[in-house]
Amino acid sequence: MVTQITSFGRSGLYDWMMQRVSAVVLSLYTVFIIGYLLLNPDLTYDQWSALFEATWMRIFSLMVLLSIGMHSWIGLWSISTDYIKATGARFFFQSLCGLVMFVYIVWGVQVLWGL
Amino acid sequence: MLVSIYRYNPEKDDAPYMQDYEIELPEGKDLMVLDVLNLLKAQDSSISYRRSCREGVCGSDGMNMSGKNGLACITPVSEAVKKGKLVLRPLPGLPVVRDLVVDMGQFYKQYEKIRPFLINDAPAPAIERLQSPEEREKLDGLYECILCACCSTACPSFWWNPDKFVGPSGLLQAYRFLADSRDTATQERLSDLDDPFSVFRCHGIMNCVNVCPKGLNPTKAIGNIRTMLLQRAT
Repeated sequence: MVTQITSFGRSGLYDWMMQRVSAVVLSLYTVFIIGYLLLNPDLTYDQWSALFEATWMRIFSLMVLLSIGMHSWIGLWSISTDYIKATGARFFFQSLCGLVMFVYIVWGVQVLWGL
Repeated sequence: MLVSIYRYNPEKDDAPYMQDYEIELPEGKDLMVLDVLNLLKAQDSSISYRRSCREGVCGSDGMNMSGKNGLACITPVSEAVKKGKLVLRPLPGLPVVRDLVVDMGQFYKQYEKIRPFLINDAPAPAIERLQSPEEREKLDGLYECILCACCSTACPSFWWNPDKFVGPSGLLQAYRFLADSRDTATQERLSDLDDPFSVFRCHGIMNCVNVCPKGLNPTKAIGNIRTMLLQRAT
């Protein structure tokens, strides 16, 4: 048993499952957005903003934002523990990733919800 | 034929280097790589490598032949030669003791970690613990591992974290005991593996399956361990 306190959910199984669940959410969103753009070639601004104002779309988008945060944290944490062997540099990289993800989530909420 | 061998003697050399040998192979015969090494050893007795059974059972002569790990004794030269040249290097990722001999300590440590023996708290029966043919069948494809380390040393996750990631060989053995109907420590074994490194550093690239000289499938065993962990947790 290897103990780690910087991984996402402490348990390997939890991290693994969250990464897969978030991957499914991200794929669904990507397919949906591409499909929507293909089905609406003459998309207007009003139509586009109406889509993002719908409650279900806000829930879907927020879910995607949180999934990006989770997915990238687990992925980048793995990469950093593989390749960055110096503890100080690894901790700095992980902190930076955490900060960037937090900023993206807050900023994303602001953009999508028009706050 | 040209044979290029990784040479390193820490007592004499500052750094490892590749040494080329020219060798005449007998016509109409496809020798094994180990035979070629034995012929070269007659030429230059300083070449070091491990070998024992010379028939793919003991797992001593695992090495990297023209970029692919395998057992020298059961790999025909025709299969290992690339562009008329045979390049022999030690198993990647493990410290080199000398030439093609590597220090397997880290590999064995991971093997030890998964407790590769039957654990059963019930008093031992007079004769033996019986298994049905179906229960015994579950161990096929798992017990055959000879611990040659070809798979683990072909795995990038093991290269980067040999102290934390159990590696394909150890995990194949871990599943061998998880799947054994006579073993009663399943829960403890699973708990020991449920961290972000031991099992989950496997990203399923299947290098292990590609190189296993016994044709085993560690990736499948790792998938089964994941399923067992998931079933336990949900």
